[in-house]
Amino acid sequence: MTKADMGRDLAATSGAPACSADSHQAAGAHAERLLNLYPATPAQVSPEEGMMLYRDMMLGRRFEDKCAEMYYRGKMFGFVHLYNGQEAVSTGVIKAMKPQYDWFCSTYRDHVHALSCGVPAREVMSELFGKETGCSKGRGGSMHLFSKEHHLLGGYAFIGEGIPVALGAAFTSRYKRDALGDSSSDSVTAAFFGDGTCNIGQFYECLNMASLWKLPIIFVVENNKWAIGMDHNRATSDPEIWRKATGFGMASEEVNGMDVLAVRAASQRAIERARAGEGPTLLECLTYRFRGHSLADPDELRAEAEKEFWAKLDPIKGLAAQLLEQKLATAEQLQAIEQEVDAEVADCVEFALAAPEPKPEELTRYIWAED
Amino acid sequence: MAETLLFNALREAIDEEMARDPYVCVMGEDVGQYGGSYKVTKDLYEKYGELRVLDTPIAENSFTGMAVGAAMTGLRPIVEGMNMGFLLLAFNQISNNMGMLRYTSGGNYTIPAVVRGPGGVGRQLGAEHSQRLEAYFHAVPGIKIVAVSTPTNAKGLMKAAIRDNNPVLFFEHVLLYNLSENIPEGDYICALDQAEIVLPGKDVTILTYSRMRHHCLKAVEQLTEAGVDVELIDLVSLKPFDMATISASIRKTHRVLIVEECMKTGGIGAELMALITENCFDELDVRPMRLSSQDIPTPYNGVLENLTIIQPSQIVAAAKALKAGQV
Repeated sequence: MTKADMGRDLAATSGAPACSADSHQAAGAHAERLLNLYPATPAQVSPEEGMMLYRDMMLGRRFEDKCAEMYYRGKMFGFVHLYNGQEAVSTGVIKAMKPQYDWFCSTYRDHVHALSCGVPAREVMSELFGKETGCSKGRGGSMHLFSKEHHLLGGYAFIGEGIPVALGAAFTSRYKRDALGDSSSDSVTAAFFGDGTCNIGQFYECLNMASLWKLPIIFVVENNKWAIGMDHNRATSDPEIWRKATGFGMASEEVNGMDVLAVRAASQRAIERARAGEGPTLLECLTYRFRGHSLADPDELRAEAEKEFWAKLDPIKGLAAQLLEQKLATAEQLQAIEQEVDAEVADCVEFALAAPEPKPEELTRYIWAED
Repeated sequence: MAETLLFNALREAIDEEMARDPYVCVMGEDVGQYGGSYKVTKDLYEKYGELRVLDTPIAENSFTGMAVGAAMTGLRPIVEGMNMGFLLLAFNQISNNMGMLRYTSGGNYTIPAVVRGPGGVGRQLGAEHSQRLEAYFHAVPGIKIVAVSTPTNAKGLMKAAIRDNNPVLFFEHVLLYNLSENIPEGDYICALDQAEIVLPGKDVTILTYSRMRHHCLKAVEQLTEAGVDVELIDLVSLKPFDMATISASIRKTHRVLIVEECMKTGGIGAELMALITENCFDELDVRPMRLSSQDIPTPYNGVLENLTIIQPSQIVAAAKALKAGQV
């Protein structure tokens, strides 16, 4: 037996008894992990907070659906990666943090992170249309959304390269506190990335440095099982990413990434740790993307049974049910939020369509700091 | 004026800037307790503490990326490449993020960072430690590239690089750290984008940088005896080139020789010659020449190594030929 075989056996036997695993075998190992998750205490929310979370997730969903429509209508170009299905992660983490104070770092799948950070939908849609009113002035595009105002460090298109940048923001926070003596400096940075990123060197290098220097950072793995067409279980020796933190002496949690209240609770624990100077946390959020890798992906490899399994766990429907059940919101209130969001998305498209293109004479602007 | 070694001139510059601005910090391998492999940060760890002079693990791409994030959020980091060749491992962060991010972000962020360290061909260090990355990084948009060659310009340029709001790649040379000269006292700054006229002359313009400046100076001794009046220009700024100074010199001499330590193909001289041809073609009496290193990995053997890079005798021969119009 090789080490890899042993790892597979260990992974297969970990977690709670597989009471319902048989019926879900067709849904795959990722689904089994979710079913076997150790139950965690969800976040307690007020009605206002609950509806705020619902609104943020709904905005993410409807915005992305509109992107698909606009892409197929030829209004946006390039690679467009949609976030459908993963909303509980963006909303669960970012809405637990302080806007325009904490820092956020994303990937090529960054539209919804930007929205959760508070970047106006008009600015995000304009960017996707390549317009001057875009948050990156039409120079960045779908994979490069930036907003200093909203502390969005950016969308980073190459795998893993955003993690060190996020680490730098966390370093600045500690530097201000401990080198400049500003005891109030306690901003936390959230770095988002996927399962595929957890096989690249920068991930491990940054776990090491973050733990070594006790930096206030949360590594948020959005494990959606698929790195384009590469099944996570075919790409890594131990699919349980949260356990990799142990090797760095770092706190970590395996989180139900389809449940925004579970993500929020885990984030709150990590944020508290980070603000107290106790260092970083790795959150592995088990989630799934409801669409292909990008709008150019034929999505031929994922089994129907798997897709169906995850579709049933739609995080927005899940939160709606919880809010209704706990009487934190009424059906009418949720419907009103939906209508508001639809109006906001319609407005951002109109705005972006009418917005000016960047000026050709400003082609070379923004290369230098003075320009 | 005080007699100062080049590595100490750099150290003084960093020390003065760290004292002047608490946001200036240093990060890299062995920069702290060890004082830097070439002692450029000697004693600064004791003076400024472990966060301002941060010893990093050996993880070039990640600590360079960390500097990018730190710069985006308010710090002014100086990253030391223990050997500039190691920064091949940080190519992605230097290119995608240091160089391109300000533009890609539509001006959201600035990256006031310096990446510095020893480059060039040393004495039998082998191929990997004898690289000239200035040529590799030359095409990256959004970064300034300078190469220092004397204690005086090392200090003045380091201070300018730290104060600049753009990312600066700052090339030192492994064989120049122990150069010594009297350098000006106090707070003096050199312009990052200006070439230095080392010697005025009227017959032949020689354009060079880094250690080759000193090979050229040796060659000039013989050329003066042979009646060739050289105008020697140290480019200092490799990106952008100071085309005003370069063009003015060519308008005077009508002959130009480029002497560089980087390889010929895709080198600094290749780009420079293209610009000279585009901008100064009508001023040239003879075709421009360049002397570059061989297009090979630098061999370990000392004789072969010397054959790989340009020697003063080759500069003498080329300048004489240019003056005579025999090229």
